[in-house]
Amino acid sequence: MHEFFAALSEQGFLRTALAAGVLASVGCGIMGSFVVVKRIGYLAGGIAHSVLGGMGAALYFGFSPLAGALAAALVAAMLIGLIRLNWKAAEDTLIGALWAIGMAVGIIFIAKTPGYSTDLMSYLFGNILLVPTRDLWIMASLDVFLLAAVGLFYRQFLAVVFDEEFADLRGVPVPFFYLALLCLVAVTVVLLIQVVGLILVIALLTLPAAIAGHYVQSLNMMMIVATILGGVFTTGGLAISYAPDLPPGPTMILLAGGAYVASAIFSRLLARHRARPR
Amino acid sequence: MTSAAKPVIELEHVSFSYTGTPVVDRIDLVVERGEFLGIVGPNAGGKSTLLKLILGLLKPHSGRIRVLGREPVQAQRAIGYVPQYPSFPRDFPINVEQAVLLGRLGTGPLIGGFRRADRIAVQRALSDVEADTLARLPIRTLSGGQLQRVLLARALVSDPEILILDEPTANIDQRLEYDIFAKLRELQAHKTILVVSHDIGFISGYVNRVACINRTLVCHQTDAIDGRVISEMYGDNVRMVAHRH
Repeated sequence: MHEFFAALSEQGFLRTALAAGVLASVGCGIMGSFVVVKRIGYLAGGIAHSVLGGMGAALYFGFSPLAGALAAALVAAMLIGLIRLNWKAAEDTLIGALWAIGMAVGIIFIAKTPGYSTDLMSYLFGNILLVPTRDLWIMASLDVFLLAAVGLFYRQFLAVVFDEEFADLRGVPVPFFYLALLCLVAVTVVLLIQVVGLILVIALLTLPAAIAGHYVQSLNMMMIVATILGGVFTTGGLAISYAPDLPPGPTMILLAGGAYVASAIFSRLLARHRARPR
Repeated sequence: MTSAAKPVIELEHVSFSYTGTPVVDRIDLVVERGEFLGIVGPNAGGKSTLLKLILGLLKPHSGRIRVLGREPVQAQRAIGYVPQYPSFPRDFPINVEQAVLLGRLGTGPLIGGFRRADRIAVQRALSDVEADTLARLPIRTLSGGQLQRVLLARALVSDPEILILDEPTANIDQRLEYDIFAKLRELQAHKTILVVSHDIGFISGYVNRVACINRTLVCHQTDAIDGRVISEMYGDNVRMVAHRH
């Protein structure tokens, strides 16, 4: 481990990777808390996978892949959100369909794009060691934007994720804030996929917030704890992966996943212990 | 404000159906300011649906509803609503104070957090239902009776003109049921109250008037509910138990 800390002072790319992990943790901590309490992890997964279709199409037609990804994610978010608000029933089937179709479209476009040879693995797992400094600024701006949006409308977002019917009766425009929430999740997913890859985004979006949910009693506390845990997992994963030369993304995911399983068991035992008559 | 003589809630020939067969059929009902109206009737008789129509959560297929002289959707913020079942997940990470604070939405500015005035209103509402000590507790640790008080506090915290309660005492013990209805009767001095119940005998000791709903308005009278009406609503095999309060 001390090898890692020694390298940290010498290698600029490691410091950039560290910063990327922490900045990703902030966005994922905020939006992930909403995803976990609203139980829309599967929906976030569907949005994330539809992104591949948008990226593939953009590459094929010669647009910026980021623009393609953003368009695909927002379309997917609005589609899923509107179906959920208006029909209620077919939501999970639709998410599954978008998930599969998005990936299929993306793979076909990538196969047919001349001269484009990026392998799928880097899209899935990203490479946090190759993050350009410019992307750090994009991520920092995203974090500031998310903090501002959620900070200004915290009451409305809380009301909508807690109790939609009651929020509606109190005059909160529920469809607007629900769709806004999904779009914020979509934007978060897209920007972070560029940096850390799809699977790490889903892991960071759900696992730290879920662990926090085992212990905290408020949504804002959940966001803070999830952000800190995300920072611990990305930094820890980077450190662990350095000496044995493991891919850092999957190492971070396994660290977060292991912590989640351990916490689920521990919190269960804790609850049982507390419930015991004294 | 509108003139005091104007009815608070007016339903004219209101019908509604979910799937084709009407659950609410041509109901006419007028509720005056300051009334405490009990709505009784058998299960699936349309009581909750009627409340949802008045709340503007459902739209009538025919007929007209006016609440405080406006469309129900426009009057929503003047109503405090206690649902039959909490419409939120019980394991949500939120404490009692935060949950009741959400009842303050629709007052104050659009952006930013809750204010001092909101917190003071929450304290007052919680002490009104004798739940001050619960403020810091997570929702997931509450008993059924405690949760019911919290839901009532959340409805009261915006100081609504109208209070609508759907079976507020269905899941709690009897002592608390007396407490809650005593509290409601106290509130009645300033508010118009509608309460749905299946326990016709119990509520008749508290309300001014009872409306019996079984798809249509079966009866609509000031005090006495006799055996004929009961059997019309529930069938013949119901025993009347005398209640004295």
